[in-house]
Amino acid sequence: MNDPIIRIPVGSWAESAVDWLTSTFSGLFAFIKTVLGSAYEGLDQILTAPPFWVVVLVLAGLAWWVKSWKMALGTVIGLVLIQTMNQWDNAMHTLALVLIATVIALAIAVPVGILAARNDAVSRVIRPVLDLMQTLPALVYLVPMVLIFLTGAVPGLVATIIFAMAPGVRFTELGIRQVDREVVEAGEAFGASSGRILRQIQLPLATRTIMAGVNQVIMLALSMVVIAGFVGAAGLGSDVTRALSSINIGLGFEAGLAVVILAVYLDRVTSALGTRSAVAKAQTAAS
Amino acid sequence: MTENHTEIRADGAYKVFGRRGAEAVRRLRSGSTRDEVKPLGTAAVIDASFEVRKGEIFVVMGLSGSGKSTLIRMLNGLWRPTAGSIHLGDDDLATVSPARLREIRRTKVSMVFQHFALLPHRTVLENAAYPLEIQGVPKEQRRERALEALRLVGLAGWEDSVPGALSGGMRQRVGLARALAADTDVLLMDEAFSALDPLIRREMQEQLLELQSSLGKTIVFITHDLNEAMFLGDRIAMMRDGRIVQIGTAEQILSEPADDYVAQFVADVDRTRVLTASSVMRPSRVVVSISGGPRLALRTMEENAASAAFVTDRNRVFHGTVTDTAVLDAQRRGDADLSAVVEPDTRQVHPDAPMSEIFAPAAESVLPVPVVDDGGRLVGVVPRVRLLEAMSQTTSLDATPSTEDSL
Repeated sequence: MNDPIIRIPVGSWAESAVDWLTSTFSGLFAFIKTVLGSAYEGLDQILTAPPFWVVVLVLAGLAWWVKSWKMALGTVIGLVLIQTMNQWDNAMHTLALVLIATVIALAIAVPVGILAARNDAVSRVIRPVLDLMQTLPALVYLVPMVLIFLTGAVPGLVATIIFAMAPGVRFTELGIRQVDREVVEAGEAFGASSGRILRQIQLPLATRTIMAGVNQVIMLALSMVVIAGFVGAAGLGSDVTRALSSINIGLGFEAGLAVVILAVYLDRVTSALGTRSAVAKAQTAAS
Repeated sequence: MTENHTEIRADGAYKVFGRRGAEAVRRLRSGSTRDEVKPLGTAAVIDASFEVRKGEIFVVMGLSGSGKSTLIRMLNGLWRPTAGSIHLGDDDLATVSPARLREIRRTKVSMVFQHFALLPHRTVLENAAYPLEIQGVPKEQRRERALEALRLVGLAGWEDSVPGALSGGMRQRVGLARALAADTDVLLMDEAFSALDPLIRREMQEQLLELQSSLGKTIVFITHDLNEAMFLGDRIAMMRDGRIVQIGTAEQILSEPADDYVAQFVADVDRTRVLTASSVMRPSRVVVSISGGPRLALRTMEENAASAAFVTDRNRVFHGTVTDTAVLDAQRRGDADLSAVVEPDTRQVHPDAPMSEIFAPAAESVLPVPVVDDGGRLVGVVPRVRLLEAMSQTTSLDATPSTEDSL
């Protein structure tokens, strides 16, 4: 009834594009797979090998350092709950995935954001690309990733990196563009090079906004690694997937609750980091 | 201080923002107005030509949108002129290489900003030392020179505070110290005191003049406050719609405004503080020579229908006044000259005395106030009616719309 008059085969174009990518860049993809795979394995080892209470203490100590003993106490309670739900190993797999994905996403996003802030043309080109990356349904990323990287942690990681990167770029660009024009001019007026202005003026003054971006990147990464359970990435996602396919309410709830606890922990730590910077303190003192 | 040495010279400098700037400049040169070239770009500065002499305070005065902020940013190359040239020393900022431009900014010209533009995450000392850090001065020397600059502006003891903990006036002192620490000959001040409370502003203006008297920098000062311009400026450039409409001393601008715009602008100024005796005085017609004898003196008074006269000698050195009755007595006695009847006049004022200081002497006698220079010579007189005239220019212009409305 609503058959298209002309069928534009966007789908098959995408397919052939992925085919072409897979065959042309197979070497590159193999390299990415090795690097990401071993990075994940390594971090996962670090998090799962020691007894759980050691990891709990380290994470609680971090919370204490960035914020307060209250947050440390909350961390202990939350993480012990995860352990007693028998979700500890899964949670650590997920945490490893999130951290690796976040670090790589930021390593790409922050420089791109800086470039976009300094060059209007770059900014104009990047914006629609970011829109696409952020709004394309998360599951859609996974299909070509499985074709390229098969199953396991790596396709989930790559999909997560792409999905989570956008706010990192946006917030970095916004943060740098928001820096008081006059302060940047002051740097220029006293003869500072643009590298020095970036390092000593723009980045420090943009830290708060960039940290808000980091926070967003982590949150998006966490939501995506759970979805990555569909393609066989280890962690809480795989239990969620299992619970979904077997209608197991108990398992689903436990895994879901563990995700929430991790999310709250990561969110509080990164937002506390944002307000800890010297600039943020100076800005708070000024207001 | 070499008065006539030029530090900055602008020749027909244009700045047009927009993609078709060169075309806009061509049309402006052939007589188009700023509004007519609007589709080609925003003409912020149009055909600016002026010279700033070494050691003077050159004030650029105009309302917002007049192009003064763009103009000052062309003087350190933050904006490059679209056309024309701007020479700072031997360098033409229109053509100089980016590397040389940074070098010039490090060594020749520094800037103070309207909203201070301090680095909030650094202490007062680190802020003041920032230009030296960029110059690559060793740390210990940096500290020393920054401390000295802070002491000059009266901020000794505050070096470890962060800018956020200081008041506006103190923050701008840090801004000034930062520019002084850079130790450049030229200081650009962009509405430097405009964001401060009026009382603090006056204090900062006085401090700047005090510092200037010992440092002798070449200062280009941007302001929209005419009183500030008149107070600080050795010379003032009035800007309107991107063009410089008049350059002159405060007095020249007050007493001979180039056009109606400037005239309206200066209407609000407290003339009594800016106008001096020399700008309101008139040549004295009723002057008699002390050696000329009573008969000659009486004739001069008669011709001018005056009942008194000023007495000078051959070199125009001022001796005092005589009245007609006294001269008549001298004639009856047969005196050869006026030395016996001349009365010293204590009301004499210096040519540089502001009008506000002439009112009191003027009130003491109906005679005009004599203006006497450093050599004791009578250079002119200020009749009482002339004082009222100078004042009334204000009142007559007050009836016209204010300058804000006219834009």
